[in-house]
Amino acid sequence: MADLFIGDDKADEIEIVAVAAAVGTPTAVVRESERLVYGGIHRRRDHRHLLLPALHGLQNAKGWISPGGLNHVCEVLQVPPAEAYGVATFYEMFRLDEPELGPETTHVTHVCVDAACQIADNEDLIAELEARGAHVHRSPCLGQCERAPAQFHQGIGRHDSVPADTVEVAVRIPQQGDPSLRLLRNVGVVDPTSLDAYRANGGYRALGEAIRMGPVAVCAAVADSGLSGRGGAAFPTGIKWRAVAAEQGRPKHVVANCDESEPGTFKDRVVMEQDPFAVIESLTLAGFATGAENGWIYIRGEYPLATARLENAVSQAREAGLLGADAAGSGHRFDIEIRRGAGAYICGEETALFASLEGFRGEPRSKPPFPTTHGLFREPTAINNPETLINALDIVLNGPEAYRRRGTERSPGTKLLCLSGRVSKPGLYEVEFGTTLGEVLELAGPLTGSGTLAAVLMGGAAGSFVGPDALDMPLTLEDTRERGTTLGSGVVMAFTDEIDMTDVAVRIAEFFRNESCGQCVPCRVGTVRQHETMVQIQAKGSLSAQRRSLVDDIAEVMVDASICGLGHTAASAINSAMALGLLPEGGHDDDH
Amino acid sequence: MTITEVSVNLTINGQAVSVPEGTSIHKACESAGIETPTLCWAENLTPVNACRVCVVEVEGSRALVPSCARAVEDQMVVQTDSPRVRHSRKMVLEFLGSSVDLSQATDLAEWMRHYGADPDRYDQPDLPAERISEEPKIQDDLYIRDYDKCVLCYKCVEACGDDAQHTFAIAVSGRGFDARISTEFDTVLPDSACVYCGNCIGVCPTGAIQFKTEFDMRAAGEWRPDEQEVTTTVCSFCGVGCNLELHTQDDRIVKVTSPADHSVTHGHLCIKGRFGWQYVQPPTRR
Ligand SMILES: Cc1cc2nc3c(=O)[nH]c(=O)nc-3n(C[C@H](O)[C@H](O)[C@H](O)COP(=O)(O)O)c2cc1C
Ligand code: SF4
Ligand code: SF4
Ligand code: SF4
Ligand code: FES
Ligand code: FES
Repeated sequence: MADLFIGDDKADEIEIVAVAAAVGTPTAVVRESERLVYGGIHRRRDHRHLLLPALHGLQNAKGWISPGGLNHVCEVLQVPPAEAYGVATFYEMFRLDEPELGPETTHVTHVCVDAACQIADNEDLIAELEARGAHVHRSPCLGQCERAPAQFHQGIGRHDSVPADTVEVAVRIPQQGDPSLRLLRNVGVVDPTSLDAYRANGGYRALGEAIRMGPVAVCAAVADSGLSGRGGAAFPTGIKWRAVAAEQGRPKHVVANCDESEPGTFKDRVVMEQDPFAVIESLTLAGFATGAENGWIYIRGEYPLATARLENAVSQAREAGLLGADAAGSGHRFDIEIRRGAGAYICGEETALFASLEGFRGEPRSKPPFPTTHGLFREPTAINNPETLINALDIVLNGPEAYRRRGTERSPGTKLLCLSGRVSKPGLYEVEFGTTLGEVLELAGPLTGSGTLAAVLMGGAAGSFVGPDALDMPLTLEDTRERGTTLGSGVVMAFTDEIDMTDVAVRIAEFFRNESCGQCVPCRVGTVRQHETMVQIQAKGSLSAQRRSLVDDIAEVMVDASICGLGHTAASAINSAMALGLLPEGGHDDDH
Repeated sequence: MTITEVSVNLTINGQAVSVPEGTSIHKACESAGIETPTLCWAENLTPVNACRVCVVEVEGSRALVPSCARAVEDQMVVQTDSPRVRHSRKMVLEFLGSSVDLSQATDLAEWMRHYGADPDRYDQPDLPAERISEEPKIQDDLYIRDYDKCVLCYKCVEACGDDAQHTFAIAVSGRGFDARISTEFDTVLPDSACVYCGNCIGVCPTGAIQFKTEFDMRAAGEWRPDEQEVTTTVCSFCGVGCNLELHTQDDRIVKVTSPADHSVTHGHLCIKGRFGWQYVQPPTRR
């Protein structure tokens, strides 16, 4: 490719300023000779990863991404316009057609339409907002399920915000201050904006201890603790860290996967908002343990408060020398960059996250190769959920034996659970692995409304429903697996028999259909066909015999042949709802 | 390039097979005389393993594995005709058939029969299965794009980008079922970066991108592949030495291709070779 072809549309002053602010110093245009040839793929490495921040800049400035604005970004970053367009259209938060907004419009109001908000009269809220002239956008789960129905304001020419962050006590930690808390110890107790306060409460002692122990011993402690990933897949963290530590001679990365978009999940948000320094400290510790110099935080775009708190924490840590050339006196260079997602559930999948961060469409890559050898920029990468990361602080500080004293043999430690739905004290709870589902629901108080418990959604839309007979189930990795369900990302959402579960199932099907990246056929088409099945139940009150026979066929190919976890789990909740009899039974005539 | 060739021993459908290290499962199957359907894979493109029609069962792997992209491993045990494999292949073909127009994807028709795919079973009397519905984009005299027929195999994107042309005029836009191959803001081709090399036409397996000549002749009911002759020649526009295959019907050139295994072109050409013939013959005599 010789020169990049860029169309005639030009950016205006507002857009040029917004892009400059987003990509930092006026970017020199890369010359052809500077292009890297990398694994057969020509990449403009230094600039392409700024595409997402630049698009955010445009979207925020005008409320949409105009052809002139996009051309300007392409010019500055040397990205082909068709590709940049393909990237921009991938994300829920970007608009590529000029919206009809008055000049006075300051924001678009995103209202959640997923389960917890669906059963909390979100449609009434939407009607009310629209009656008041608000520009409403129906959004998938906003990660505020404990305060359903949830809203998020996407700013135009001003910052994004969440109304609930300002009007009510945002923190919903019913156990706040309980001395047995580990992961939530600081939440609501320690000022989340102050490094000094964090240190005064024991912050950065774990990193100090880790530096004293050395990377090999840190990896060993994490492996011995039995810590497994809290992002959903429960992969042993020690194995992952050791694999990255063993890679030599190439730049390495540690990534905090803060994309949290699994419907029903809000734990990472609460941790990032209320204890951001713990996320920074533990990511630094992971960098030290694995020998990675580059730390990244990829946070979902709808988390403005968490983003601000993390940015503040990074800059305070940097000022205090806890990040940088000799991070915390470790003799090891380590720094952290924060990147915002833009509304795409799939970007929480680790390889999709890498693609997104690199400035490509958030399409998962096939594994193998695995991130530990070919992760971000195809370099060795340890990617972890923030809940996983903060567990490492305790492990290093108190040793793996102490850590293992809580929980069970195969599921050591404690787990964050996101309680929502028809419970009177929804919020984030920390319990020992092995606590039963019934005990957890009791913590969250009596059910609300006048119905009785009909089902609990475990692990989110990618998880499954269990019935009231599962209240005795100990919440461990092994017991949930044995009972055919999952802890997943820690979702526990309660439904009573007053709720029409068909509506819930239709929405879950719609969620997967909307969030499929579209790359592979089983998921791209399978999620649509599955949704059509749910719509039929909704419209007719039952499934035709012909459709019923399709349900299992569709599920089987999605599980067997999809590329990534989204397709693998897309039929799980719906099939469990059918198996539990939560959806209308009996067939109607086929009319054929 | 490794010079010493290491062999890998594996079992495919119970048959012992030995192939060089780095061979794909798909190629290993081929060497064992087992045919595999493919859609997004091509000899001259980087595998994207997106369509999943080529999946096989590999012992020890929970999910099925795309044979086009996965390299063989020593002692691998592969099944290409198990119930799970047959089911997934059939479903992928059905899913495609239920959402796009495969009437010109001749290779697939055969496989659909083979696996008993029935795309119509997704339609219900008052709830027809949702299909991709797009008007053909006719924006110049050289080629048309009819995304009604597009299976999103990424081949055209790869041919236009990293794998051949490095023009990046088209990319995938949107997400999920709404994903489409598109220029930026769906700009018409003549206003886009497209240089009309026609490499996207050459790789498209479904006729979603095709020569305007072919499109017009099909519309007029005059397209008769059985009567077409293919003449191989070397392009005379420059000295590179690209092989051209001139497809003629009634002594008229109707399209130009280049063999994917040709050492110079790998199937890819430039505007002169691909469309230059438009100047060597008078416009359609109808
Ligand atoms: C569709 C999909 C979405 C995901 N979303 C997230 C997410 O938001 N946060 C997360 O930590 N992991 C998510 N994961 C799991 C990640 O791929 C990865 O396993 C995880 O980040 C690894 O960290 P861990 O080992 O600490 O759990 C998702 C996976 C899939 C398939
Ligand atoms: S399973 Fe779905 S989300 Fe995952 S790669 Fe395939 S289409 Fe994309
Ligand atoms: S004709 Fe060539 S340049 Fe134009 S879109 Fe096709 S591959 Fe790209
Ligand atoms: S237009 Fe053709 S080559 Fe391009 S993705 Fe669609 S089917 Fe594949
Ligand atoms: S915020 Fe509505 S379901 Fe999570
Ligand atoms: S041919 Fe292998 S996935 Fe498409």
